[in-house]
Amino acid sequence: MQNNTVVITGIGLISSLGEGADAHWQALNGSAGPRVDSETFKPYTVHPLGEVDWNNQIPKRGDQRQMETWQRLGTYAAGLALQDAGIKDDEALCSTMDMVVAAGGGERDVTVDTQILAEARVRNDLGTMLNEKLTTELRPTLFLAQLSNLLAGNISIVHKVTGSSRTFMGEEGAGISALDTAAARIRSGQSTHALVGGSYNSEHPDMLLGYELNGMLKSDGWAPLWQREGSAGGGVITGSGGAFLVLESADHAAKRGARVYAAIDGIYSAQIRRKREDLKETIAKLVGAASADKPAGLIVSGATGAHGITATEKAALDVFASAAIRGVAGRVGHLREAQFPLAVGLAALSLFHGAAFPPIDAKNEKAASGGLDTALATSIGATRGEGVARLVKV
Amino acid sequence: MSKYTDHLGRPLVAVTGLGVVSSLGQGKQDNWAALTSGTSGIHTITRFALDNLRTQIAGTVDFLKESDEGASALSEKLASLAAEEAIAQAGFDTENFGGPLFLAAPPVELEWRNRFALDALVKSEGEPGYDLLLAACRRGTQEAMFHTTEFGYIAERLADTFGTRGLPITLSTACASGATAIQLGVEAIRRGESDRVLSIGTDGSVSAEALVRFSLLSALSTQNNPAHKAAKPFSKDRDGFVMAEGSGALVMESLESAVARGAKILGIMRGCGEKADDFHRTRSKPDGSPAIGAVRAALDDAGINEDAINYINAHGTSTPENDKMEYLALSTVFGERISTLPLSSNKSMIGHTLTAAGAIEAVFSMLTIGTGTIPPTINYDNPDPAIVLDVVPNVKREASVSAVLSSSFGFGGQNTCLVMTAEPH
Repeated sequence: MQNNTVVITGIGLISSLGEGADAHWQALNGSAGPRVDSETFKPYTVHPLGEVDWNNQIPKRGDQRQMETWQRLGTYAAGLALQDAGIKDDEALCSTMDMVVAAGGGERDVTVDTQILAEARVRNDLGTMLNEKLTTELRPTLFLAQLSNLLAGNISIVHKVTGSSRTFMGEEGAGISALDTAAARIRSGQSTHALVGGSYNSEHPDMLLGYELNGMLKSDGWAPLWQREGSAGGGVITGSGGAFLVLESADHAAKRGARVYAAIDGIYSAQIRRKREDLKETIAKLVGAASADKPAGLIVSGATGAHGITATEKAALDVFASAAIRGVAGRVGHLREAQFPLAVGLAALSLFHGAAFPPIDAKNEKAASGGLDTALATSIGATRGEGVARLVKV
Repeated sequence: MSKYTDHLGRPLVAVTGLGVVSSLGQGKQDNWAALTSGTSGIHTITRFALDNLRTQIAGTVDFLKESDEGASALSEKLASLAAEEAIAQAGFDTENFGGPLFLAAPPVELEWRNRFALDALVKSEGEPGYDLLLAACRRGTQEAMFHTTEFGYIAERLADTFGTRGLPITLSTACASGATAIQLGVEAIRRGESDRVLSIGTDGSVSAEALVRFSLLSALSTQNNPAHKAAKPFSKDRDGFVMAEGSGALVMESLESAVARGAKILGIMRGCGEKADDFHRTRSKPDGSPAIGAVRAALDDAGINEDAINYINAHGTSTPENDKMEYLALSTVFGERISTLPLSSNKSMIGHTLTAAGAIEAVFSMLTIGTGTIPPTINYDNPDPAIVLDVVPNVKREASVSAVLSSSFGFGGQNTCLVMTAEPH
């Protein structure tokens, strides 16, 4: 079995900070605060998208119409990643490229749902009413625009990535497994190049409802990520965005003269039973394994903001005193399935630039010192799934 | 190539445990008896109201307590039953399996009954809508409802029940999902990450809304009477698939480790192939090249020639589009031989179990290898003259089968094929 080095050669990001790897790097190094909207979904806060010209990455209007926002975000970020890697429109490379997408599900039709809820208050024959409304009011193509694996399907259609197409589900864990699987396949020689990532639309009430059923959203405005314990609600502030990465074997990248951001040295994951196993110990073990031979200068944390879990992660990370910690949800919000790809992408960008970006929450994150040759990225799920990636400078 | 490795020097992957639940029953024995006798599990739906629905039939699993508890609860139960059967057959500890879990599961959403229940908590307080549902949540958390909406919940429960190792993978490749779960397991064994894996495909998601969604895409058969005649793959008058539920589970191991522990080898998961289609969200590229690519990739991965295949367990959904395209793909790969090569569609009896289909059909393919019985394609009364196949019409056939191709194709350009063989001697 082969033991290839896995490198990142393309980073495609879109979020409230803008679009593209460079725009994100500049925003993270700039002095502006986070972009938030605490009005539209009051009392909840989200990190909204700015203006996006979808035509840049999804040229056909017909394709745009077939997607709900999360699919458009993912397809857009995938296009940015392919472009960044110099693979976009390269038919030979795209048609042999593997794809692993971390997906949730999709945005329902708020108008139809509201109509049904209203009817339900005045009718006793709920089953009959439901059939009446669903058969007459649902847009036939909406199903596909919601369906989890159709983000990958749209990427195949729009960007012609057709080597393979796999969609992983399961909140933050899906993002961890997607990167882990793609990297493991390249490392072992089962794949030479792959597109991996996910997307999330925070600006939809059904997406908020998914969290709020468990009381997980912060409900008293924005606060820095590491300062949310004890605030009203559950601490999570979601963000809209997408994060896709192009992974290749080092040989494959070298042969085509691709620019390399960083190498993924290892991905360490777990899913403990949090009710009976110690989360802090688990995170410490994963981070410890990821920095066994050499401490990392930077840990890009994908912490969700969820009360308790986020504090536990911070406490576990603080033990690794040499690392500068950066909680990216404090700047772009929590992107659920896309959070790990986002954190890994930002860690790779930092290694490429040879330095960590400045603290996002200066009270709780220290300035970085010296050059950077090893960085970690974490995603500790709001309810389950724990992952740490180790990236090294190439 | 040693006796434990394949043509590329990779570990051969043995299947040592199989489990299945479908509308035909629970367990291999009941399912196989019904399937080989040409029994249909398709029936008129009783789970929800049928007024205004053009399609009123499905292959739902109605015999479990969880059958009326929603997609998450039923999908979990179906997976759990299939997994328990598979792990027990393999002879592993059903509480401490010790290998990774790959679960193909349907996307889940908050069910209407729960939306209505939330609204009922707050309906005196304002106009119905999401604002009010969110307000209802702020009064108190709804943990049970929350779990039903989390894509990672079913796998977490299964991991806990069976003691699988590590972060489980939940996946969806639409109607190819079950095959993808198997493929991921095979790849993990080949990478040496584990000597055993548990791959499951499960689907208990038939609801009014799910049915309406497929119906609006004109994907479903509307031939409600008689229900058992609706699924008729490769027939001239086929008019859509029939939604169904079930689960298939496979325990797979490196052949070397299975032999070392003296396990009974049920067959070899020899090769997996996939190819995505970039043509359309629900239709295949007219030249069939992605499906052809997936079949060829599976044969290449297995290191065998198409001549070695002696039975095809077809995707055969009974939609006009699928069956035509599947025939195009298979006839391209197999040439003239396709008209005499036995091929059958389990969906003629169990319907289209969607996320579970690839796994259930892999279980049945393994049973064909093990028993020498090919289940029939039922309802084959009016053959499509444009599709010249030996579909093992209506009655099972005894045959020595040493290599099976099982195909799975799904919306979103998903094409995944598996090649299964008998144990090498």
